[in-house]
Amino acid sequence: MAEVSVTKDAAPAADELVVLKNVNKHFGALHVLQDIDLTIARGEVVVVIGPSGSGKSTLCRAINRLEGIDSGSITLDGKPLPAEGKELARLRADVGMVFQSFNLFAHKTVLENVTLGQIKVRKKSKAEAEEKARALLDRVGVGTQADKYPAQLSGGQQQRVAIARALAMEPKVMLFDEPTSALDPEMINEVLEVMQQLARDGMTMVVVTHEMGFARSAANRVVFMADGQIVEQATPDKFFTAPKSDRAKDFLSKILHH
Amino acid sequence: MFDFLEGYDLLGAFWTTVQLTVFSGIIALVWGTILAGMRVSPVPLMRGFGTAYVNVVRNIPLTVIIVFCSLGLAEIFGITLGAPNDFKLQGFRLAVLGLSAYTAAFVCEALRSGINTVPIGQAEAARAIGLNFRQVLTLVVLPQAFRSVVGPLANVLIALTKNTTVAAAIGVAEAGLLMKEIVETEAQLYATAAIIALGFVILTLPTGLFLGWIGKRVAVKR
Repeated sequence: MAEVSVTKDAAPAADELVVLKNVNKHFGALHVLQDIDLTIARGEVVVVIGPSGSGKSTLCRAINRLEGIDSGSITLDGKPLPAEGKELARLRADVGMVFQSFNLFAHKTVLENVTLGQIKVRKKSKAEAEEKARALLDRVGVGTQADKYPAQLSGGQQQRVAIARALAMEPKVMLFDEPTSALDPEMINEVLEVMQQLARDGMTMVVVTHEMGFARSAANRVVFMADGQIVEQATPDKFFTAPKSDRAKDFLSKILHH
Repeated sequence: MFDFLEGYDLLGAFWTTVQLTVFSGIIALVWGTILAGMRVSPVPLMRGFGTAYVNVVRNIPLTVIIVFCSLGLAEIFGITLGAPNDFKLQGFRLAVLGLSAYTAAFVCEALRSGINTVPIGQAEAARAIGLNFRQVLTLVVLPQAFRSVVGPLANVLIALTKNTTVAAAIGVAEAGLLMKEIVETEAQLYATAAIIALGFVILTLPTGLFLGWIGKRVAVKR
């Protein structure tokens, strides 16, 4: 994919932003997250890959508690995730989320999508929120679409608006749940380029994706999940050239070389 | 041909019908929306109340509710809604109370089916930017839900317009009661029925057409 070169710093010093400890979750009989331990440092870009049904999306959604967990703990910037209510809402505002299916508010214009959270959660004035929204929309390259409704935009444009909407909250970390999986092939790059830029700017990112090109070029670390467990994690170079586990080797042999 | 109508306040009666419909409609819309919010709330107590209310109220005949408002509330408990001596006004207000309480159950269920048409991702995205439950509901889910149920809500409003005739049971001088009076004293049975029926069609037909047009205009494109 977009082979934009990114300076890959060694993982920044031990400034832990997101910490998952011993996290377990079941969907009925399915043990979808099994004793997950994962620490994400400030400024780090972590790409989560793995076969479908391995629990990567659930992991991503658990970090802002769109999925509850059965046991274990998740802390964000030193604070444990509250269970429900106002505290949780406040925490979610600090965690940006980009969905596979964009989920732009269908009854609001692009601009309103990006200002809503700023006005209602961050309590900014409308003018202030709109100024920031327009700047962000320009940054992701959809500034001219501000007054349209989501349904009038292409998938790639919608996803870039969704990224702007999340950024408008000035999040500490951005979660991407398969952000390019619902896009036509020719629109994948425009979204990945925005994400590459974010990574270069030092945003902490957790990206669930099947885009191995993005993983190679933008990630500090690749986390490989299978059957609800983290099987292996390494720098992209190490992971793609010399995977250790058989499960990862098998997975890579199926998706690469064609 | 319509000489027999002389001395009857036909327009006044239909004006009362309109007033009953408008007041009850507004209150039912507000109360029904709150009930729908309760029915999708994460708090079990509120969900339980919403479910119980809808299932009890929509299964009681409207006549029983209206008569209870008059005999039960006003005469036994002394709840006269600020009009203890003006029986005309008291009857009107009690009828509005009964009609609103009853219609709200149907508004709630129409709206709840509208909520089910809003993709779950919309609420998730709203939660993800830090909106609380009330904000998710009022800013994202309900505005989309309302747009998808304008048609069913028009049905509820039309049913309400016609249901106002039940207020005759407690002596509210609306079109239904006037018809009863005319029929009891005049010979022109068919003409009377036709005129009253026409009156209701004149009220409800434009309502249905107008709301149908609104429904198409505000539909959310996905």
